[in-house]
Amino acid sequence: MSSASAVVPPIKSPPIQSDRAASVVTEGRIVRWLLIGVAIVFLALFLVLPLVTVFVQAFAKGWAAYLAAFTEADARSAVRLTLITAAIAVPFNLVFGVAAAWAIAKFEFRGKNLLVTLIDLPFSVSPVVSGLIYVLVFGAQGLLGPWLIAQDVQIIFAIPGIVLATIFVTFPFVARQLIPLMQEQGTAEEEAALTLGASGWHAFRTVTLPNIRWGLLYSVLLCNARAMGEFGAVSVVSGHIRGLTNTLPLHVEILYNEYNFVAAFAVASLLAGLALVTLVVKSLLEWRYADDIAAGARRH
Amino acid sequence: MNGATPTTSRRAHGVTNPIGSSTAIRVEGLSKTFDTAAVLHDLSLDVRAGELLALLGPSGSGKTTLLRIIAGLDFPDRGRIIFGGDDATQVPVQERAVGFVFQHYALFKHMSVAENIAYGLNARKRSDRPARAEIRRRVGDLLDLIKLSGFADRYPSQLSGGQRQRIALARALAVEPRVLLLDEPFGALDAQVRKDLRRWLREIHDRTGQTTIFVTHDQDEALELSDRVAVLDKGRLEQVGTPDEVQENPVSATVLKFLGDTIEVEAIAQDGQVSVDGKLTPVVGKRGLTGPVKLYARPWQLQFAESSEAHLHGTVRSSYRTQGRQRIEVDRTEGKTVVVEASDTARLAAGLPVGLRIVGGYVFAE
Repeated sequence: MSSASAVVPPIKSPPIQSDRAASVVTEGRIVRWLLIGVAIVFLALFLVLPLVTVFVQAFAKGWAAYLAAFTEADARSAVRLTLITAAIAVPFNLVFGVAAAWAIAKFEFRGKNLLVTLIDLPFSVSPVVSGLIYVLVFGAQGLLGPWLIAQDVQIIFAIPGIVLATIFVTFPFVARQLIPLMQEQGTAEEEAALTLGASGWHAFRTVTLPNIRWGLLYSVLLCNARAMGEFGAVSVVSGHIRGLTNTLPLHVEILYNEYNFVAAFAVASLLAGLALVTLVVKSLLEWRYADDIAAGARRH
Repeated sequence: MNGATPTTSRRAHGVTNPIGSSTAIRVEGLSKTFDTAAVLHDLSLDVRAGELLALLGPSGSGKTTLLRIIAGLDFPDRGRIIFGGDDATQVPVQERAVGFVFQHYALFKHMSVAENIAYGLNARKRSDRPARAEIRRRVGDLLDLIKLSGFADRYPSQLSGGQRQRIALARALAVEPRVLLLDEPFGALDAQVRKDLRRWLREIHDRTGQTTIFVTHDQDEALELSDRVAVLDKGRLEQVGTPDEVQENPVSATVLKFLGDTIEVEAIAQDGQVSVDGKLTPVVGKRGLTGPVKLYARPWQLQFAESSEAHLHGTVRSSYRTQGRQRIEVDRTEGKTVVVEASDTARLAAGLPVGLRIVGGYVFAE
């Protein structure tokens, strides 16, 4: 290289205008405040206001009335049913979701794309239709109805139907979260574990599971929130039998239709509280373990 | 390096004599097809106990597939893998006792360095598992071996690429494998680290005597590091031999071209005697080889010469120096540009007419 490189004359730079944005892709100040303002007004009107209303209405007649809404037998039964439903649906979808994601992300097989599409189905079908499917299959006039009646098994208008509908609606949460995450992680670590003598189950427990744990927790959280809050599909199969087949969302509807506003909003505040807790934990997870759940979160 | 070993080539296939005591692994008639593309074609290879064998080939030559089949991570369509006399073709990967080192390390991110190295020991059934103190001692020994003694409690994300690859090697060695398999072990590292690690791997091998197979597409790496080199191309084994053998006696143009820069010249053979431009060259082909052939030469097998003695003629296009040598590009009067290597420090001006004499080279019966 020659050493006679020319000395570059200093370029006279124009004074920086202080009201100019920091980067070319950042809008001017007025536009920025306008956009932020619109977003805040929108959020306040459609999210914060209704949420506040729920709590204001719930406490309209004081603590005693609020608590009374929960001590009532029907309310307690609704809480119990909701917990039972989530306690069955969430673990089921946890196991299914991990198994499906494992199969799809780590193996090649025929019909893989079809399986992925099927997993997404519950998200694209109206929840009412999801409920109706079970009525058509298991209902008294349904496909398996007469046989089930003969066996003295009741699915529709009973707890099994509610659980089935909830499982169907919350089907995609875990699998959809984990598939891209597992695909991104590849199979090298599992292969390393196998060459070191680990059994498939040992490798899954010690390598695969720890790698997906935060993504898994994240998806279980969302799955649980939906399982407890599902209305449409459950409404169709439940039959609204008080004290027997009413979940929390259905109970809220009944109370509201009976003009029992304080009780309706009190029960609703419970669901709203669940939503808030879910939101906080979800944000904490996203903040703390962003990388470990990123691959999945990007798709939502 | 053991220079007395005979060169085996694809022409020496079909040997089915019982596996010798010095053979650690025998690959027999291996074929593998992915979808419709054949990756391995009836490939046979013996790996000797204690040797460091390089599987060298361009990408797509099937070398990684061969390594994965030996490990038990892939399965062949046909053929057998024999480990020290036992047919291991159907033996699952867990029971093959191989140590596998991946190109991108595949360390367990959520485990410390010590936990990574101890993984294989901890994964054993309780009855076979060494006591905790014994595991700790062995992890300490391995950390000493890879010169990372103070790193036991670090996590992979806190280590450099070279350090991670050393941990991966220690993890593979911890289970005392029958054979160590390395898949492009230095492929993801930068040039300097790669050189250091090469030398270091050779040292480790000399110290442990561990039978080792490593895959690489880098000729220098294979030639510098290995006891023997197996050159693969398009799923076939082209040649196996010591680095000296494959360099001095390549069995095919493919091997020759893959091992370094090659000049191709049209030539005429007359019963083994090869001449270019009507002048005889020192290159000798098989007896009876007659007709037009291709003569292959290395850049240093061409010398500048008087026009009357030259086989090739042309003009200098450009020249550059690299590590004490000079490389000159010569535009041939008829045909392609050739690169000549010379120690000559004189600079040849572009456009200078020159003559080139062939002082060595190869011809192959196609």
